Amino acid sequence: VADRLGVLPAYWALLRGQARSQVSYRTSFLVDLVGNVGATVFDVATVLVLFRLTRTLGGFPRAEAMVMVGLSAAAFATADLAVGNIERLRQYVRTGLLDAVLVRPLGALPQLLLMDLPLRKASRALFGVAVLVAAVLTAGIDWTPARVGLVVLAPVCGVVFFASIFVTTAALSFWWIDSGEVGSAFTYGGRDFTTYPVTVYSGWFPCSSPPWPGGSGCATTGAPDHERGPRGRAGDRGARPAQGVRGTGPGRPVPADEAAGDRRRRDRPDRPAWRDGRLHRPQRRREVDHPEDAHRRADALLR
Amino acid sequence: VGSVTATVPPPITRNIGWMFRTFAAITGSGFRRYSTYRQATLAGAFTNTVFGFLRCHVLLAVATGAGGVAAGYTPDQLATFVWVGQGLLAVVLLWGWNDLAERIRTGDVASDLLRPVHPVLNYLAADLGRAGYALLTRFVPPVVAGLLFFDVAIPSRWSTPPIFAISVVLAVVICFGCRYLVNATAYWLHDVRGPMMIWTFGSGVLAGLYFPLHFLPDWVTVPLWLATPFPSILQTPLDVVVERDDWPVQVGLVAVQAVWAGLILLACRAVQGAAERRLVVQGG
Repeated sequence: VADRLGVLPAYWALLRGQARSQVSYRTSFLVDLVGNVGATVFDVATVLVLFRLTRTLGGFPRAEAMVMVGLSAAAFATADLAVGNIERLRQYVRTGLLDAVLVRPLGALPQLLLMDLPLRKASRALFGVAVLVAAVLTAGIDWTPARVGLVVLAPVCGVVFFASIFVTTAALSFWWIDSGEVGSAFTYGGRDFTTYPVTVYSGWFPCSSPPWPGGSGCATTGAPDHERGPRGRAGDRGARPAQGVRGTGPGRPVPADEAAGDRRRRDRPDRPAWRDGRLHRPQRRREVDHPEDAHRRADALLR
Repeated sequence: VGSVTATVPPPITRNIGWMFRTFAAITGSGFRRYSTYRQATLAGAFTNTVFGFLRCHVLLAVATGAGGVAAGYTPDQLATFVWVGQGLLAVVLLWGWNDLAERIRTGDVASDLLRPVHPVLNYLAADLGRAGYALLTRFVPPVVAGLLFFDVAIPSRWSTPPIFAISVVLAVVICFGCRYLVNATAYWLHDVRGPMMIWTFGSGVLAGLYFPLHFLPDWVTVPLWLATPFPSILQTPLDVVVERDDWPVQVGLVAVQAVWAGLILLACRAVQGAAERRLVVQGG
């Protein structure tokens, strides 16, 4: 555990350096902050425009649909802030920068995330949360403890989901360098999908197992029960985010490693994934001379 | 249009055939350049199709909620609107072109200025080649997907396909001009992220990609159509192909496009001239 905490200052330094370099061009950074809000503003405005023409969308009136928009926007924008720049993985693979990342004695995924954490997207995440709060407050929800829990849990689970999708689709680039746009079909496509009530897509996505169990499903339970689409059952979908949380727990940066082809640790979840696998690199935490480390290394090779 | 590089007097073009041959050669090279990115083409067509499904379902749900007809579009017309729009998106290349900005940033643009072809024409020719390739590879898959999975409106008047074809060509030219102008801000700003971001977010909504602009109130739509080039990039060709209006109106819309295409190209030329003067003043 001490080892594990020992690398935290290194990550912190990475993050601080990033933050400093991004904020140093103040005007640029401000323009970026404002511009990034624009994307989510347009998404929300689009939904409002659609509601000019219709009173209900997929069986949901505007106030309820806006809760879904808020859940989706908050979750996506936050995930985009935290891991969105993993999309650049394919440039790193192409240019060879990934090799430099792998040589360093730190976990690959945390490094990739911290190397260009897009702080300018913070404004978008804040706006997404603001939309969610405003929508929840104006939706006239009949609050119960379960619904309060849901409205807190749903965006968090949504963030984990979108983050996993970002990482998974970025990992495609290990096999398919030009896969970039395929990734957006699932990341941005997932955002568009969760922005609208799932009843809109009736016929294509069976409601008991939607591929993106983020916002819309959860919102169905959170919203008042007076009007429910025939497929708007909440229970079966509400359960899905929890599975996802188990599958891709925070602080377990496995996906990039798994994608790199190292499957060994998948069946050993008790062992911190970022520790083994790269022990053969002598520079790793300057431990090469420690006998116990050599022992561990031999252990890793024999396995 | 000869070269207007600030350092070199424009060459006198004795034979206009030479210009067309050059233009055609550059167009061909643009076509070939993009045809080498086959994986990217496949990935892009897949993504456009996925988004087509999402957008189509949403707009159909709007039509259902609005009692069948939404802002004058029947569900069939909305399906055509979405799927042809998803195809055209790659043909006009709304997003993701920063070749010129990169060349300006790295200084490679200097070699463009040495060529005996005006940079705007040079890039326009290459972009038309790119659009030709996109028309074959990126336009067809989403449209076929739409035909297979949805009830789409198919043009019923013989006059619509030719008007649509002209409209698409003009849309490519207008979109190219807008992208050129956005990229050309790099001559002054060096970092085009800001203008590029505004363009990316603004163009999707204002061009009619996310929803048909007729969903907006008339007092927004009409000024938008006449005073900005955005609706001419996607909304006009799409309105033509779904036959929202009679043919005289269609021709009128395309005429608006033609005016915008001319204005934008003139603006590109003026901006390029100003930029070259600036480069010379800087000693470049």
